[in-house]
Amino acid sequence: MTRRVRLALFGVAACGLAALLLWSITGLPKFGDYHGAYGKILNKRAPQERQTSNVVAAVVFDYRGFDTMGEELILFAAVMGVAMLLREPREEEAPVPEDPVRSDALRAFGVSFAGATLVLGLWIVAHGYVTPGGGFQGGVVLAAAFLLVWLAGSYRAYRGLARAPFVELAEGSGAGGYVVIGLCALLIGDAFLHNLLPYGVAGKLSSGGSIPLLNWASGLEVTAAFVLLFNEFLSERAVLIDPTRRPS
Amino acid sequence: MSYLPFVLAAWIFLVGIFGIVRSRHFIHLVVCLSLTQSSTYVLLLSIGYVKHGGAPIFKDVPLGTKAVDPVVQALTLTDIVVSVTVAALLLALAIQAKKHAKTMNPDELRPVRG
Repeated sequence: MTRRVRLALFGVAACGLAALLLWSITGLPKFGDYHGAYGKILNKRAPQERQTSNVVAAVVFDYRGFDTMGEELILFAAVMGVAMLLREPREEEAPVPEDPVRSDALRAFGVSFAGATLVLGLWIVAHGYVTPGGGFQGGVVLAAAFLLVWLAGSYRAYRGLARAPFVELAEGSGAGGYVVIGLCALLIGDAFLHNLLPYGVAGKLSSGGSIPLLNWASGLEVTAAFVLLFNEFLSERAVLIDPTRRPS
Repeated sequence: MSYLPFVLAAWIFLVGIFGIVRSRHFIHLVVCLSLTQSSTYVLLLSIGYVKHGGAPIFKDVPLGTKAVDPVVQALTLTDIVVSVTVAALLLALAIQAKKHAKTMNPDELRPVRG
């Protein structure tokens, strides 16, 4: 199929799809007029029922905790897929590439900024069920701290920080920990992933029962998953820009 | 005005698919797919919006204050994670295509023969 035919075909199909979408939009409630029962009930009850001031976190780690477990396992499987795709054809470990950063000031600033990012990430994970944030959001910030070490520091320092066995262990225990916490509820006779700890007082770090545990498990999982992704793609880059191996 | 966010979501979706269809580079294709998927964030969040509602976070805010729907926000979070993982997998496949087929243009890939 030539490009022209394909584009023409797409044009026709897109017009049809656009018409269908516009038609379906007219059947939606007007913007701002949503009256979904579940959200209203959760907003009314979750802060008292689970002592969690962030209702989104309560939905993610409690009311829909099973769904989040699936999400974690998707992340786990995808990162494993990337590692399998990229590791197999990489025959030998490439020599460490030279670092493009030559300025000491930039290095010092970047590396100290990595520390600040690390603290910010920990803070976002820790307060995820009290204020906006959580394991997923904070985990990405934490992984960014590692990336900063590479960007402003050196590849060697980054590799030293993000050793593969350590990161893999962290990723596995993040994903596995979530499942184990769910199984603990089964052991004491509740439903899988049922909240099993005392709820505490809303607004405190000790609130939410087992929500903090699940939150930290997913924070660990997300951080390690992203660092592992960076590892794989950066090693790939090391192979691609390796000056000793000219493309044939 | 009251349907504008939904129309925006449909527009982003169609533009993203248009980009995929006429893509000449795998990286461009992955970016277009991410764009297409981001239309679902706009759709989910605008469905859950309640007029003059605040964030569904009741810290320093009395319980019962008007707030937007927390369920669709949680779904958007899942959506973003899935989008990122798909992008990572596709980028890894793009690297493999570059290595084995020596091309980044989807049109130049030949069908796989077994």
